[in-house]
Amino acid sequence: MRPFGFERPETLERAAGIVAAREDRAAPPPLSSAQFIAGGTNMADYMKLGVMRPNLLVDIGRLADPGLRRIAASPDGIRLGALVRMSEAEENADIRIGYPVIAESLQQAASQQIRNMASLGGNILQRTRCEYFRDISWACNKRDPGSGCAAMDGFNRQHAVLGVSDRCIATYHGDFAQALIALDASVETQSPRGGRTMAFSELHRLPGETPHVETQLMADELITLIDIPAKPWARRSHYLKIRDRQSYAFAVASVAVVLDLEDGAVRDVRIALGGLATVPWRAQEAEDELKGGPLDERTAGRAAEAAFAGAMPREHNAFKISLGRQALVRALLETRDMRV
Amino acid sequence: MNEAAPLPKGNMGEPVARIDARLKVTGDARYPADLPVRDVAHAVLVTSPIARGRLTQLHTEAARAVPGVLDIIAAGDVDGELERPQFGNSGSTSIAPLHDRRIWHDGQIVALVVAETFEAASEAAALVRADFQAEEPSSGFGSPGIEIIPAAGASPLYPENPEAGDFDAAWATAEISIDETYSTPTQHHNPMELFSTTASWFDGDVTVNESSQNVTGWKNTLARQLKVDPEHVRVVSPYVGGAFGSRGPMTPRTAIIAHAARRLGRPVRCVVTRKQAYTTQTYRAETRHHIRMGAMKDGRIVAFRHEGWELTSRPDNYVVGGTGTTARMYGYGAVETKVSLVKADRNTPSYMRSPPETPYVYALENAMDEMAVALAMDPVEFRRVNDTMTEPIEGKPFSSRSLMECYDQAAEAFGWNRRTRGIGSMRDGDWLVGMGCATAVYPTNVAPCTARVRLTADGRIRVQSGSHEIGTGIRTVAAQMAAERLGAPFWSVEVEMGDSSLPPAPVSGGSTSTASVCSAVMKACDAIRARLFHAAVTANDGPLSGLAPADLGIADGRIVAGARVEAVANAMERMGVGEIEEYAEFAPEGSSADAIANLYKGKLEMRMGEEGAKVKYAFGAEFVEVRIHRLTRETRVSRLVGAFAAGRIMNPRTARSQLMGGMIWGVGCALHEATEMDRHSARYVNTDLQDYLVPVNADIQDVKVILVEEKDTDVNPAGVKGLGELGNVGTPAAVASAVYHATGKRIRDLPIRIEDLL
Ligand SMILES: Cc1cc2nc3c(=O)[nH]c(=O)nc-3n(C[C@H](O)[C@H](O)[C@H](O)COP(=O)(O)OP(=O)(O)OC[C@H]3O[C@@H](n4cnc5c(N)ncnc54)[C@H](O)[C@@H]3O)c2cc1C
Ligand code: SF4
Repeated sequence: MRPFGFERPETLERAAGIVAAREDRAAPPPLSSAQFIAGGTNMADYMKLGVMRPNLLVDIGRLADPGLRRIAASPDGIRLGALVRMSEAEENADIRIGYPVIAESLQQAASQQIRNMASLGGNILQRTRCEYFRDISWACNKRDPGSGCAAMDGFNRQHAVLGVSDRCIATYHGDFAQALIALDASVETQSPRGGRTMAFSELHRLPGETPHVETQLMADELITLIDIPAKPWARRSHYLKIRDRQSYAFAVASVAVVLDLEDGAVRDVRIALGGLATVPWRAQEAEDELKGGPLDERTAGRAAEAAFAGAMPREHNAFKISLGRQALVRALLETRDMRV
Repeated sequence: MNEAAPLPKGNMGEPVARIDARLKVTGDARYPADLPVRDVAHAVLVTSPIARGRLTQLHTEAARAVPGVLDIIAAGDVDGELERPQFGNSGSTSIAPLHDRRIWHDGQIVALVVAETFEAASEAAALVRADFQAEEPSSGFGSPGIEIIPAAGASPLYPENPEAGDFDAAWATAEISIDETYSTPTQHHNPMELFSTTASWFDGDVTVNESSQNVTGWKNTLARQLKVDPEHVRVVSPYVGGAFGSRGPMTPRTAIIAHAARRLGRPVRCVVTRKQAYTTQTYRAETRHHIRMGAMKDGRIVAFRHEGWELTSRPDNYVVGGTGTTARMYGYGAVETKVSLVKADRNTPSYMRSPPETPYVYALENAMDEMAVALAMDPVEFRRVNDTMTEPIEGKPFSSRSLMECYDQAAEAFGWNRRTRGIGSMRDGDWLVGMGCATAVYPTNVAPCTARVRLTADGRIRVQSGSHEIGTGIRTVAAQMAAERLGAPFWSVEVEMGDSSLPPAPVSGGSTSTASVCSAVMKACDAIRARLFHAAVTANDGPLSGLAPADLGIADGRIVAGARVEAVANAMERMGVGEIEEYAEFAPEGSSADAIANLYKGKLEMRMGEEGAKVKYAFGAEFVEVRIHRLTRETRVSRLVGAFAAGRIMNPRTARSQLMGGMIWGVGCALHEATEMDRHSARYVNTDLQDYLVPVNADIQDVKVILVEEKDTDVNPAGVKGLGELGNVGTPAAVASAVYHATGKRIRDLPIRIEDLL
């Protein structure tokens, strides 16, 4: 184990300030020598593997601000503090009833033990599970910029088919993020430069030429809140997760659907795809295909075609295109048939 | 009684709970790396990131500078001190990582860092830099540069390919034929308990604490490698957190750690990371199969040909060789088999639960299902037509064979008659339902074994035998045997195992332990009975005086002959002894004269199920129900039913657990398990439990195990057929059969994944 420093500040200002005071404060967050840690289920794991090698850990678990741990439901929507545990959110009655897609995405993630530890903020910022990224003996542009990508011509069954670049094809593996995309959520952040709000769909960045730059955040910027606008029709929302075994596995493909049906016709719909893309992925082409028309297996199939029009498979993951299409059809039909 | 503790039927013992059940479930059982050792130093392995080439230079300066680092041992540092490891018998491989600079496989050990703490050793190990002269590796099947050699004769364990009759002529007469290829992937054991070695020297004697399935074999192997007399080596392994072959042969690490401790003059412990276990421990070899099967329209098979290819390392010829079993499974007519080894830049594979049967019987049984479809026959009836009491290779009778009884009982419990024939004809909403079945088989092997049993006047019994509690319940069934033979309650028996200072027992492999250990315990107990009975009948005034010893029995602490009884304690008092101790050597029929002497030397002589005048096999039948979503095509197993016959069942509870665990493992083999390879670099990719999938609780719904009554007095004195490796054999093919029934897709390459069914 590499030695590292550990700070446990009590205020947001202090937490952000510690990182802002460091020489490499301008580095993209994953490469920064100081790292925030919340539940630690991703950070501690990756430190043990040598993937993350911070000199300083800033534990945000003791920050005093109560808003960070609160689930606040109101007529305007629901606000989730960044330190709310995954298990707290999945058990919350407002979420289960008003936003089933959130509860379902959390319930099917990781294990109960991990969900008891993990925070929502850490969850959306979890890093890829690409096998080549997780073992430091391989070349990996995301971990070690410019070193190459061993997955590109390696065993890439779990890798992404959407949003890929010729530098990186790593999948974004979280589940919760798809629900946030489908619900049109936004996030609030704090840094020594002040607070800002951004659409959740803007938070993650495509790998492009710089797969090590994963989000719009700065190294000294903390996520404080996740804001989900009220949507009465979000009661008809659903998360479908397809995986190689029944539990405790990342998605091979997943779909979050929020559906507004009127007399059998699609008034509005939002769709996000997981396990298939390099970032939480909104399938807008599929949404457009469906809006205003009836929802049946045929129209869902057309939407699914549209969703994967730009997919780029590699040697072992071409099946994800057909699986992704089928999953999208199934998720749409299951959402349509929900009793709300 | 409940489902976990089935009521004993005929020829079955009591379903007593394991001796160590409480320790195990409360976490009190101490595994080797849990044992506190005073002043222990911690070692971490440094392994190679290339699969083939030479180590040219090792840079250790930065590592040595880490505070707390005590020693770094690398190539050249063991010369003259440590003999090279050997492949075979108790050794996993001849690859000698610190003797040679040649890199034979990915993740080969190149150095060992020893430090005051695990953390310091890990930090330093990460700072060791190695330069290599890399060469293009061959990863396995299909890679350029592999070498393919015949298996027959390449290993003493596989002298020849079994065959009978004229295959070509018979094949030409077949009315229906199957000609297909099948494959099984590389699989790793991933036991819950990480691999570890702890070595401590005291006064020239070394004690090694490491989970082992073969303490006597390891003791001798270690002694040779360390260049000391075996008297000075002790291997201790009280509990094993998952064995299944992974702890059968000793890997090169063990002697390296013992050497490091000797060099340092301090105990050394090395706990291997999960990731490094993939490359420094053994694994199940990838296999390919080509099967040709010809049958007549009435279902009789007339010709069977099974050709297998198996992966192994460059230096060692590990042979899986499952045609020995598949060639004898049914009454085929003509049989031809052939096995080849594919040598690549990989570590040497080794045993994993039912090593030959899992891949080979999978291929055969998948082909049987295909043939049943081709014949438009019910797959159970197809097996019935080809069932036989005479094996086809040498024409020997089976000592017992209850295969069709197993099929009938399992089919009944499963509700096989509710299955409708048509592909995709059974549905549950959006889920396609499929039902399938397959045969399970495992040879009844037995090995020489010794045991010591002591009976004390207060009625307590102590059994000692250097076997291994690998989770099977062997301590429990050995206690049951002693309790039964000495007429004592089960709780009065204590059993010591897992220590090379005990009377030697064979490797806990090949499903031999219950048969071998119980036969030896029985013999020792019978010697105690003989002494007691002699004392009872020769007493001047005892109640049993003058009777023939043969007329005596023993029950509830008393020697009995009809209404006449004498307490065992009384007889002992008259004998003037406080205890009676007997040591027994059991050598199975047909063993060599040196069998026991060899056992002491760690050289195993196993008598295989095919040897002798009769063929001795245990059989079972497994039925599986799967559900496959019509759109997204993930396969879930909703029901498993297996019926097994294995001679005398010592304990229906532990037997059921073994078989159930096996069936569940079989689900993993069918749907989840595979170690994936990066073909260009010949390196494993999914080296942890996130990516190497095994079933979790949610994958296993309803599992039913039926113990079929069977009596077989030919197998061994205990009448026991091993069943530890029986349960997993049939499941993969049964799943493939069910998947076919649901979808019409015949999947021949394991594991069966979503992409195969889209
Ligand atoms: C075995 C296993 C299986 C898993 N399976 C799933 C699964 O199926 N689905 C799924 O979605 N997830 C899964 N996960 C991932 C798990 O959900 C994440 O590890 C967890 O949500 C991370 O939360 P945390 O609070 O522990 O984050 P940490 O590990 O503490 O942090 C993660 C990252 O977020 C940063 N960070 C944390 N909080 C903030 C903040 N407020 N502001 C700025 N940066 C922050 C950290 O610096 C770090 O880079 C699995 C994890 C494991 C180990
Ligand atoms: S896919 Fe991305 S994360 Fe994986 S090895 Fe390539 S660059 Fe690294």
